Amino acid sequence: MLTIEVTSLKKNYGNLKAVNDISFTVNKGEVFGLLGPNGAGKTTTIEIMEGLRERDGGDVKVLGLDPWKNGYELHKKIGVIPQEFTFFEKTTPREAIIYYADLFNIKVNPDEILREVLLEDSGKRNFDNLSGGQKQKTGLALSLVNSPELLFLDEPTTGLDPNARRAIWEVIRGLKAKGKTIILTTHYLDEAQQLSDKVAIMDHGKIVAMGTSEEIIQQHGSGERLEIHGSEKLADYIKVNTELQVNYDKAKEEIIIPLTKKIDALAALAAAEQSGMDWGQIQTLQDSLDDVFVKLVSEPMSEEEAIIEGKTKKKESR
Amino acid sequence: MVSAKRIFSDFKVFSRGYLRNKFGLFFGLIFPVILILIFGAIFSGGTSGKINVYAQDQDVGPFLSPQMDVASSFLTSLNNSGTIKVITVDTSKNFSQYLADHSSSDGIIIPSSFSANYLAGRQVNVIVYGNPTSSSSGIVSGTVNGIANYFNLNYFRGRYNDTTPAIIGIKSATVNTQQTKYIDFLIPGLIGFSILTSPMFSLVNISSEYKKTKLFKQLSLTPLTKMEWLTSKMMWYVVLTIAGFLLMVGVGIFAFNAHVALTIWLIPFLVLGPMLFAALGMLVGTVTKNPETAGVIGNIVTFPMMFLSGTFFPISSMPAYLQNFAHVLPLFYIIEGLNNVMVYSNLSGALIDIAVVAIITAVFFTLAVKLFKWRED
Repeated sequence: MLTIEVTSLKKNYGNLKAVNDISFTVNKGEVFGLLGPNGAGKTTTIEIMEGLRERDGGDVKVLGLDPWKNGYELHKKIGVIPQEFTFFEKTTPREAIIYYADLFNIKVNPDEILREVLLEDSGKRNFDNLSGGQKQKTGLALSLVNSPELLFLDEPTTGLDPNARRAIWEVIRGLKAKGKTIILTTHYLDEAQQLSDKVAIMDHGKIVAMGTSEEIIQQHGSGERLEIHGSEKLADYIKVNTELQVNYDKAKEEIIIPLTKKIDALAALAAAEQSGMDWGQIQTLQDSLDDVFVKLVSEPMSEEEAIIEGKTKKKESR
Repeated sequence: MVSAKRIFSDFKVFSRGYLRNKFGLFFGLIFPVILILIFGAIFSGGTSGKINVYAQDQDVGPFLSPQMDVASSFLTSLNNSGTIKVITVDTSKNFSQYLADHSSSDGIIIPSSFSANYLAGRQVNVIVYGNPTSSSSGIVSGTVNGIANYFNLNYFRGRYNDTTPAIIGIKSATVNTQQTKYIDFLIPGLIGFSILTSPMFSLVNISSEYKKTKLFKQLSLTPLTKMEWLTSKMMWYVVLTIAGFLLMVGVGIFAFNAHVALTIWLIPFLVLGPMLFAALGMLVGTVTKNPETAGVIGNIVTFPMMFLSGTFFPISSMPAYLQNFAHVLPLFYIIEGLNNVMVYSNLSGALIDIAVVAIITAVFFTLAVKLFKWRED
């Protein structure tokens, strides 16, 4: 069953095409990771799905509802942590949970929710005294108050230290195990890889790759390669004496040979041995999601830069 | 649609947060009380109402009898006038130098042979030193004039040292049966001041801050509506205003013996006033782009009102064009209304003020709810 269906979604800020004709679907119970550099259009996309922003074109259905037109209805069924979550300074996480429960007109056990997000210890401290991680956990706790089936987490770990990040991951895994559908945006590759069932990589408002991380690596990665530490002379020798494609990285003094068949590695090594020249460490490598990401995504751009660029373009066109 | 439960839970969270923030509490409750204490002390300071005047009596006699010393009885009469306090200066001193040394511009010289000339019916002048730019000098010369006239009159009646009252006397009084003091005017003004400042500054600040930190966006994801949100803020500032009102009136009565009428007709002002400025603050925070601009616009709107609506001094002391300007300031009608109820007991005047304030509040509330957006497009 489809929880989210996005078709040809478009959103412009002036001349800037923040979201440029993207389509995807998310199944019930899936963790969907939206990955991309700053300014790629992740937050705009997620806010349109949450009903916080109006789209310029395309169609969006979330839990069968149009998020902009039926926002009030939709918000009762979803949980959201916006980017850089903040709350009333002089309110404790525990009070915040009770407040949200009152607003949703439901009864909850605040301690149970605090436990679920690993915040039992700090439930009675004012929000402005919490650490970054604890603040994010407060956001998570609030997004759970109305027991939503669908959660939107917009960069839930940005700016947190590694331990706090792992703690948030723990909470997200727990939610996933409970069968919740989760939309997650992040610019951390490991986070997307660790948590998501499906990843979409966004860049300049477009989805440049989508699927499981294995699928993305397979589709967009360069496959397996052999790397031999040695001289350029040796690289030339192998090139001449085999039918293999040989590249040389001068800086690293690394001979790089893409492998179409695993047996090619043997031919390369035989040639190297035959040359009588010295060579060091050998290894076979495969592209990680990291490599693919760098390959797919052009120079990262901050959101402000993107907006400034949009504005200057506007001025120039006048 | 509107849920009392949601309003109340938002009220609870907001008021608790407010009470935990010491700065807000100080500004909202303690600050107006401090103002009452300061202004009350400055203007109601007991005997210091008299103006100190240095006097040099150069008429050293000789006198055949103490009754012949008209100069002394002239100074005594001045001292008993109630408006000035005579401080005698020894005749050996250079008088104008003495005044300068004591940083004073008010002084009187009784010339030598003053008594003899008076008794002989010859013209004699009392010299009055004064500073034309200072209001105290006018009071001094007026008083001296009055006493001189009294002595002139007595001369022609042939009674030199007479204590029987003049035919036409003056009794000082003010409107109302009770004697009205400055503190009585000050209390309504300062209540108006706190009705204006607390909700206004606070709502300008939070409405622009919440927009910047996206707290509004977050709240829009709950069933809370923006009207409920604004209503709960207004409720809190009504509570705070009433608490501040009780504190200020209490301090005014106990510390300065103020006489103010406390009737139920105060309630419309204490309820509508904070609602009006909460809505106006919200409006300023909504139409401005960021907290910095909101702060500036908020000050531009607030400060003229703070000083020109009769807060610290009555607007009748201002030039006509400023008085006209005051009539477009919403706070003017609140302070005028509070004065009508508390000082003049002028109910029909107060009812007009209530009507004006109610209409302005309704307009600002509607505009604030209309223009204020939870989410962006």
